Amino acid sequence: MKVFVEGVGIVGPGLNGWQASQPVLAGTVPYVEAAIAIPPNDLLPSAERRRTGIPVKLALAVGCEAIAQSQRNAAELPAVFASSAGDGDNMHNIFDMLAKNGREVSPTRFHNSVHNAPSGYWSIATKSMAPTTSLACFDFSFVAGLIEAATQTLANSNAVVLIAYDSPYPQPIHEMRPTNASLGVALVLSGSKTDRSLAELEISINRNNKPGTSIANAELEAIRADTPAARSLPLLTALSNLSLHTNRNSGEIYFDYIAGNQLAIAVRPC
Amino acid sequence: MERNYLYPLQLSAFTLSTPLGAGLSATLDALRAGRTGLKRCDFLDVDLDTCIGRIDGLEQMPVRAGLAAYDCRNNRLAQLGLEQDNFIAAVSAARQRYGRERIGIFLGTSTSGILDSELAYRQRDPETGALPKSFNYAGSHSCYSVADYVQQVLGLAGPAMVVSTACSSSAKVFGTAARMIQAGLCDAAVVGGVDSLCLTTLYGFNSLELVSSRPCRPFDADRDGISIGEAAGFVLLEKAASKIDPDSIMLLGVGESSDAYHMSTPHPEGAGAQLAIQAALHAAGLAAGDIDYINLHGTGTKSNDAAEDKAVFNVFGGATPCSSTKGATGHLLGAAGVTEAIISALCIQHGFMPGGLNTEHIDPALKSAYLLKNKQQKINFVLSNSLGFGGSNCSLVFGRAMR
Repeated sequence: MKVFVEGVGIVGPGLNGWQASQPVLAGTVPYVEAAIAIPPNDLLPSAERRRTGIPVKLALAVGCEAIAQSQRNAAELPAVFASSAGDGDNMHNIFDMLAKNGREVSPTRFHNSVHNAPSGYWSIATKSMAPTTSLACFDFSFVAGLIEAATQTLANSNAVVLIAYDSPYPQPIHEMRPTNASLGVALVLSGSKTDRSLAELEISINRNNKPGTSIANAELEAIRADTPAARSLPLLTALSNLSLHTNRNSGEIYFDYIAGNQLAIAVRPC
Repeated sequence: MERNYLYPLQLSAFTLSTPLGAGLSATLDALRAGRTGLKRCDFLDVDLDTCIGRIDGLEQMPVRAGLAAYDCRNNRLAQLGLEQDNFIAAVSAARQRYGRERIGIFLGTSTSGILDSELAYRQRDPETGALPKSFNYAGSHSCYSVADYVQQVLGLAGPAMVVSTACSSSAKVFGTAARMIQAGLCDAAVVGGVDSLCLTTLYGFNSLELVSSRPCRPFDADRDGISIGEAAGFVLLEKAASKIDPDSIMLLGVGESSDAYHMSTPHPEGAGAQLAIQAALHAAGLAAGDIDYINLHGTGTKSNDAAEDKAVFNVFGGATPCSSTKGATGHLLGAAGVTEAIISALCIQHGFMPGGLNTEHIDPALKSAYLLKNKQQKINFVLSNSLGFGGSNCSLVFGRAMR
């Protein structure tokens, strides 16, 4: 499958938007670990915004960033959402209430508990009636999202925005699913080349057992290995190298996937 | 525009287990007899005044030997579902034809195995707050758990993922599978959905005042909410064989849309649902008048049925027979889409339309041709709607291979 990247969004610890993150990922500016700072987004009315958790804020921030670069209209773009677990804070609160007498689950917490809550808020915020889907594939949720988004560009001859996000569970469930970083990433993918195309991706699934591509910087590699959405960082590193000319060579990246499969992406300049 | 070449795909095997019983013949018998699977809530220590569709025996049922790490109510229900109607044998035969890595798995669930987390939170260590050590996140709570489990039971190794878009989850998997097959990433796919009873949905829908105290009454003037149930349904989807049985059931089109309106209330004019219906008809290359029967989402809430009625009436007018089967099965949430897809397939195979149960007086404000009694008639094309929280809509069109 051949797709073109028209826009990138990222927010994570020490990764503050695509512009600032490119030199960090390319290794020309040192990575400085810092608490995540999600840029505010005023697309949702403030009453709605107050009710949303980290995943919705991540999704809106990175999705809007990527779409702005693509110069496309968010209201017309199908969107693919991928997350291992959705909003862990919200689920924790519900489980806590259900374990108490009275079991008074808040209606807002309940409708926010669906895995597709970020896609629901996204469509309200962007006024988009285009299709969205919300996927989960444990540690491989970003890979699953990338596959779905790429097949959608082929099927619909249309651009698609892929939005992947994950955030940690609080205790006690954190001990059983110990991921530690909050991170969101978005890619606008199109099936044909445009004047906004940043790179061409040739995507395939194989069973060659090549080791998954890691990141040279140890701190970023730790985040990549920890957080499902951060499994995207090798791809963003390759895109950074292309756009900053630190490495204009085509490179192949491998992502671990399920059941002995891996995803291979050849990243080529446009 | 040209007809979308994602379709048709053949439903070469399918199976369904719901509160009506395990397997297709139990489902068919209950629908023909007009029997509901709903009864007073007797699930764990739930103290709500409501009716549920609980599948008997899951409490004692094992998961498959060697897969104990996946033991939870949702995966037990998946196992029960897989064991019906020779489905495992049909997938084995497909595995021989295509190879295990060429068959994908795309399943819908809304709550996966979170019942295990709910119960684990009752057993937190009084000093440390820790969950019991027996709790296994990846095998139960994790949204992906059910696809992981089913892939191992079926001995498959193709691409897999879970679609979790609330009540449209296991309808949307048909679209995902069609795109994956079109892209050449697999030759066939096991699609479906599994959703099981848990406290989050029972108390959560109750907090939204969307749960009826009686068996749900879709399209009734006095309808007052849903009845929650549990189910597992699976379909083996593949490209149509060159020599095809004329009575084979085909997936002809999928249409998806978003409401962009509210998280838990549908667009009052049914605008999102209407877009999904029109997209599915377009994908199938059919006109509204070609559809013989519509299996509605029809949850039995005031707002869903009113919005869906407007969408259906706007596309079809008031003549096309339609009904909701949720009075029989309950609302199966993440398994609703595949349940109603398979009921649609049974309607085509057996030439009947199921009348909606429990409904006494059709709401005069609703204009669609809602069926209260079963009707025998040859059926070539069925449309099935699934509309979910977050404004996630999906319509599916099924048809007979040769008309």
